[in-house]
Amino acid sequence: MTSFIQTSPARTLSNAVRDHHIAAEAPFSTVIKKGQVVRIEDSYGQQAVDTLFYNADDFSERYSSQDTMREQGAAYISTGTKVISNEGRVMLTVTADSCGRHDTSAGACSCESNTVRFGHYTKYLHACRDNFVIEVSKHGMSKRDVVPNINFFMNVPIEPSGEMTIVDGISAPGDYVELTAEMDVLLVISNCPQINNPCNGFDPTPIRVLVWDGEAA
Amino acid sequence: MMHIRRSPEEIAANRARYEEHQKKGLDFAPKALPGKSGKPAPALAAEQIVHQEKLPGGWYWWTRVKANEVLRIALDEGFSTVSVVAWNAADPSERMNLPDTVKVQWTTGLGKGRVIFSDMGKVMFSISEDSCGAHDVLMGGSTASSNARKYAGANGPALRNTRDNLVLVATKAGLDKRDIPAALALFAPVRVDAEGKFQWKPELVSDGDYVDLRAEMDMIVGFSNCPHPLDPNPVYAPNPVIITRIAAAEPAVDDLCRTATAEAVRGFENNAFAAQ
Ligand SMILES: [Zn+2]
Repeated sequence: MTSFIQTSPARTLSNAVRDHHIAAEAPFSTVIKKGQVVRIEDSYGQQAVDTLFYNADDFSERYSSQDTMREQGAAYISTGTKVISNEGRVMLTVTADSCGRHDTSAGACSCESNTVRFGHYTKYLHACRDNFVIEVSKHGMSKRDVVPNINFFMNVPIEPSGEMTIVDGISAPGDYVELTAEMDVLLVISNCPQINNPCNGFDPTPIRVLVWDGEAA
Repeated sequence: MMHIRRSPEEIAANRARYEEHQKKGLDFAPKALPGKSGKPAPALAAEQIVHQEKLPGGWYWWTRVKANEVLRIALDEGFSTVSVVAWNAADPSERMNLPDTVKVQWTTGLGKGRVIFSDMGKVMFSISEDSCGAHDVLMGGSTASSNARKYAGANGPALRNTRDNLVLVATKAGLDKRDIPAALALFAPVRVDAEGKFQWKPELVSDGDYVDLRAEMDMIVGFSNCPHPLDPNPVYAPNPVIITRIAAAEPAVDDLCRTATAEAVRGFENNAFAAQ
């Protein structure tokens, strides 16, 4: 992909301090320093990006979907959302969003939940929870540390009746979300390999992660 | 250049299969469920009661349960909200997973006939009775800071909150705060409006409401009896709740929770295989 949308004139490809291309279905992690801006780009559109955050200095403090939803008073993530930890602290703030709909209710796919959702024959398919376990294990953590996550670009409307279903994503190629780190965080991503629901159009695609030093770049 | 790894035929086949699952989940399952349990709760004979706990407002409790025992949580002394967490007693790295619970069953609305899943694709609880169907899987419980904002100037009991209670539960059960899963809030009438905002619907819960959770494996179960963060009552005044541990009885072969949905059937197949 060559398309590149700047949210700040000062923030260009050439002054990004890091530019990571993450293959379809792959895990990824990196540390984002306090004050840095991280952009997660859905390079090809309609790709769910399962994401976790840990305090880089103390992994026992980590993303909390329930605390985040409680503090927003709302179920979805978009510009202005404060990403809250299990200790009630702001980890990052969502400062730009060209898509407008991100989920934090539906969690990450797993081999085990796939057997229940889609049938036992789906057990041996690559899944986000496995990606997360592999990636957090590089940082001394384990399955115990994999908590309910954010699904950037995943479209999971919740009806007043409670009905909840994953539907086609609304993100276009090049859509992105930007977050400003309020503490040093370990960012962990599973670029979702799920092919049994429309979270990525049944066709997982690569994504990109860019990092800038602060607002002025 | 689009990144196409799968053929249009593969994508179409996967989409058709998903839409079939979705239709069954959204249409068939709710029709197969009976609605709310009647009140009052079915009476218990003395020999059925393994233990009964009167959990004071603001406090926590935890217990071990054996498979097929039932935990009855009852608002016999007035309204309160009760947060619940659970771990597999044999391997606490397996724990309650609310995202899987709602995603797999196509609804955030839990009630009689629904089940609660672990992160390992197994059923932890069957909701065998539920008189209100008004519970919150999304927002979790209160914290020290949410209480401090809500009960300004309060001290003492108002500082008791679900986050701290669950840290105490986990720690006393030999676990760690890292092990605390997202918590289910029973008797928390939370709904999501069209914009995604949470709404509190007090008319959905009343005195005498109760929930029976049948344990589907040996577990450690923790409870916190604190006001929900959305509860508009400006006074910190949670009532006691009565939690009864009911002796195990073998469920019928046509048990509602084990048969009502294709998802639950497959979950119980995972339980059965793990128990072998
Ligand atoms: Zn996934």
